[in-house]
Amino acid sequence: MLPRYEFWGINQHFRLWSHMRWSNAVENLLIFTILFVGICILIGIILSILLDQKIRAEGFLRTVYLYPMALSFIVTGTAWKWILNPTMGIQKLFRDWGFTDFTFDWLVNREMSIYTIVIAAVWQSSGFVMALFLAGLRSIDDEIIKAAKIDGAGLYSIYITIILPMLRPVFMSSIVILLHISIKSYDLVIALTAGGPGTSSDMPALFMTQMAFHRSEIGLASASAVMMFLTVLAIVVPYLYSELRRQDAGR
Amino acid sequence: MPAADPQQMEAVERSSARKRTFFRWLLFLLLGLFAIYYLAPMYVMIVTSLKTMEEIRQGNLMTLPNEIMFDSWKTAWSGRGYAAGDVFLRPFFWNSIKMVVPAVFISTFLGALNGYALTKWRFKGDNLIFLMFLFGCFIPYQAILLPMARTLGILGIANSITGLVVVHTVYGLSFTTMFFRNYYISIPDEMIKAARIDGAGFFKIFFKVLLPISAPIIVVTVIWQFTGIWNDFLFGSSFSFGEAAPIQVALNNMVLTSTSVKEYNVDMAAAFIAGIPTLLVYVFAGKYFIRGLTAGSVKG
Repeated sequence: MLPRYEFWGINQHFRLWSHMRWSNAVENLLIFTILFVGICILIGIILSILLDQKIRAEGFLRTVYLYPMALSFIVTGTAWKWILNPTMGIQKLFRDWGFTDFTFDWLVNREMSIYTIVIAAVWQSSGFVMALFLAGLRSIDDEIIKAAKIDGAGLYSIYITIILPMLRPVFMSSIVILLHISIKSYDLVIALTAGGPGTSSDMPALFMTQMAFHRSEIGLASASAVMMFLTVLAIVVPYLYSELRRQDAGR
Repeated sequence: MPAADPQQMEAVERSSARKRTFFRWLLFLLLGLFAIYYLAPMYVMIVTSLKTMEEIRQGNLMTLPNEIMFDSWKTAWSGRGYAAGDVFLRPFFWNSIKMVVPAVFISTFLGALNGYALTKWRFKGDNLIFLMFLFGCFIPYQAILLPMARTLGILGIANSITGLVVVHTVYGLSFTTMFFRNYYISIPDEMIKAARIDGAGFFKIFFKVLLPISAPIIVVTVIWQFTGIWNDFLFGSSFSFGEAAPIQVALNNMVLTSTSVKEYNVDMAAAFIAGIPTLLVYVFAGKYFIRGLTAGSVKG
């Protein structure tokens, strides 16, 4: 089968956006991204602040929180697929512990399958956000905190009103990195749900490879790849621009 | 300020000390809970891989095996010995090694050269080129799958380990260049100028002056590249089939191939085997791993 190289205008893009599976994939990506980015940042901030309280076992705990980052998404997905197994996984564990009505079937539930990907992805990547925020916290001058304490501010309000606003660059880069991970997310979906049940946990990256390599829909595949590319462009270019400007200003 | 009653002061101090111990405990409780959350999946993986299927069906995720059996590890690594349809990891593990070693070496070396040229042999438009490299770090690989598949086909290295080495080298260059560029930019130009006056050329300066002081960034880059390439699935699954596949692809195939009975213990053993190399690197060189992660995100 040879490809036809006729110019078709942007018709493939019309086809793409009227494709049910594509809109479903984009919707899933939105759900996934909002939860993934939000929860990772929340956990990352909490963990980094807790670790910043001059803890004795800090080095050990940091290692524990960050090790999932060293594992591939396929390994992560394989492990979580077993843990979330609807009959023999978490469900059975809780039933054995006495919660006999406990049901956890998200992996085979069309409504919930996308959230299982959030669970595994947060497990894998939240430690990374912790590391970024911890590095940010360590770069803040202790004098500022001391001065605020002398003024009578509580630890809680010091963090909310002084420290977190100072970490804005860390927020920015964490969000960009996490957005980038989520737009690309492919391996984890393949290993955990393979887009299923049905197409309920489909994602754009999955759609693209399926169209390209299994359905011979090169036109649709390319159109979706362009969409992903443009989305990343829209996020990364302003980020890189502001980063470089900040560096120039600092020099 | 009126002089405070010493007894009252003491009471206040004691209650604040008690409050502090309380918060200290709460802090450790929270940190401990998070540690359990991160460690539990690893525990489940290891424990499951050591059980028999019988034990898995009877127990639950947390129950320990009756006796430690490495049978499923053996099955995952070297198969059951059937002639057909037996998927196991050993050959794919070696595929990954054969792919990772040259790809890491070449991309690190070229990245060092790029970083050196971009900082010590400044030319018009060098910043623009660096910006393009930075953008390369963020490119969604789906965008280049189809053109790359065609390129590999034309070069005649589709579905081969050589092809994967090329792809990983090309797409690793963005990161390696960024690492070295950011490292070399802080090295004083005077060192280079002095060597130039002594008559040293481009490569001589690189090998004699810069490389000897680059050890830390080389370690960071090698670890970053090793982890990334070892863990890659997308390129492996798009550009290789069957025998040329790297380990992550084989692992996924293994888990998906359902023979008559699903063997979760073998799946977990296989997943663990596929994760061991990067885990070891992380445990023994975690400092550099983290440095790479943060350098890869917070530039400058």
